[in-house]
Amino acid sequence: MIEIKNLTKTFNARNGENRTVEALKNVNLTISDGSIYGIIGMSGAGKSTLVRCINMLERPTEGSVIIDGVDMGALKEKELRAKRKEVTMIFQSFNLLMQRTCLKNICFPLELVGVKKADAEKRAMELLEIVGLPDKANAYPAQLSGGQQQRIAIARALATNPKVLLCDEATSALDPKTTHQILELIKDINKKLGITCIVITHQMSVVEEICDRVAILENGEVVEEGEVTDIFSHPKSSAARHLVYPDGGVNPDILALREGEQRVRVVFNGAVATERPLIAQLAIDLGIEASILGASTKSIGERAYGNMILGIMGSKEKMLRAKEYLEAVPDVIVEEVENDA
Amino acid sequence: MLSKAFTAEAWNEAVAIIQSEFGLAVWETLYVTVLATALAIIIGLPLGVLLVVGEKNGVLPLPKWFMAILGAFINILRSVPFLILMILVIPLTRAIVGTSVGTMASVVPLVIAAFPFIARLVESSLREVNPNIIEMAQSTGASPFQIIWKVMIPESVPSLISNATIAITTILGYSAMSGIIGGGGLGKIAINYGYYRYKYLVMFIAVILLVLIVEIFQRIGTKLAVKSDKRLKNK
Repeated sequence: MIEIKNLTKTFNARNGENRTVEALKNVNLTISDGSIYGIIGMSGAGKSTLVRCINMLERPTEGSVIIDGVDMGALKEKELRAKRKEVTMIFQSFNLLMQRTCLKNICFPLELVGVKKADAEKRAMELLEIVGLPDKANAYPAQLSGGQQQRIAIARALATNPKVLLCDEATSALDPKTTHQILELIKDINKKLGITCIVITHQMSVVEEICDRVAILENGEVVEEGEVTDIFSHPKSSAARHLVYPDGGVNPDILALREGEQRVRVVFNGAVATERPLIAQLAIDLGIEASILGASTKSIGERAYGNMILGIMGSKEKMLRAKEYLEAVPDVIVEEVENDA
Repeated sequence: MLSKAFTAEAWNEAVAIIQSEFGLAVWETLYVTVLATALAIIIGLPLGVLLVVGEKNGVLPLPKWFMAILGAFINILRSVPFLILMILVIPLTRAIVGTSVGTMASVVPLVIAAFPFIARLVESSLREVNPNIIEMAQSTGASPFQIIWKVMIPESVPSLISNATIAITTILGYSAMSGIIGGGGLGKIAINYGYYRYKYLVMFIAVILLVLIVEIFQRIGTKLAVKSDKRLKNK
């Protein structure tokens, strides 16, 4: 189990006189063993700093990180280096040693702890098999595609049999198809080897695809935390909304607000909602005509998710009736859209 | 003056000098240059490493005063013109070699002039190493020395070879200058025959040979640097 307690990290501003920047403010998270935990936020939210505090690449200013009962901050340099064999990391830019072959890259963490060359190479070959690139042992990283390089990096991260794998924007430099393949590999590793994975990303699609739980970081604070399905169906914070309904989603300002129009956002959270022609039913049952101003739906796992913006002409009371009607449908949430935007 | 340099008489004389002296001169030039470069690398490489790793955000931060002294020491040596440095280090040369004249004696000022230069070249090579890769090594649990030996130096080998080539060609140029204090080689021939005895043809030939040696070093160095670089896909 990983416990992050009251974690605060401040940096001295480079140009400011005595100004400090709070990269993380009182972060508290508990990550259970064997889970895939997402940490999501916009760039500058502090997620990279947070992940670096977990393995103490960045020393927290206050608070602690406790992994399986061991306070990481209290370890001496040498103990910390030993502990880092259990908490390994993969990166956005893969960070392979460019002058070494793939096999030798995977051997790198083993060399550091003095494993014999023959044993290290044997282990590296096994890992190449796991990540699906057994024929690339003697290739150099520059000869590989981005997805292949990340596979080698994953193999390297697994070499020392870690308990935790930190994935820092591991798929951000990859195209969607390769991203999917790498995420599948991470999922697979999590399932088969029971390694706890902490996935740092700015892409909600990554969280949707593999994470069990997610924490949303905004300006160094955890603004929301919970099961991924809950966050998707009831995003409470504005940061969560922004991530769940990204720019490609439905923007309430698509059309200029007409005189006397009320707008609601309908959020679908499950297959049931998509099986009924809901808007038509609304017109038939209540006689309320709603125009769909914009919609975006997608399926996650076996469930469908999405949201749409409805425009309803008439009084606020009429809108509230429609809201009540739609909310009666299981897995549908309706919220008023503020008209002042 | 130039017309006189290319008379048949001058050619005959030059051929005689080439036959009697150039073989040894070329050997001395190569020998002094390679020896001085090797010794300068032995001193300069660790200093260059310290310049990078010892910084505040380096992998092995060293005391600020130490870094300040090291930087100043290197800069001072770098800013003394070689001609003057040769004379300044005469007492040291005498203490080490036993004499302040001759080919071996010229190695001392060459090494002293070259190691700070090499330290700076090594510094610039190591700074090219992607900081993300160093962070990867730290996150993998590498110690500062492991990062230096297994990451920083191996990753910058192509750049180090390129810079070593710059160093050896520069030292070759310096070694020619050391003809002034009795250092052997092509520089001595160029100065003795061309400057003191007005035998320009001999001087030209010595200079052409120096140019050829530089060219050969440069080609070998470039080739080795390219060959060692595994980042290049199409070789």
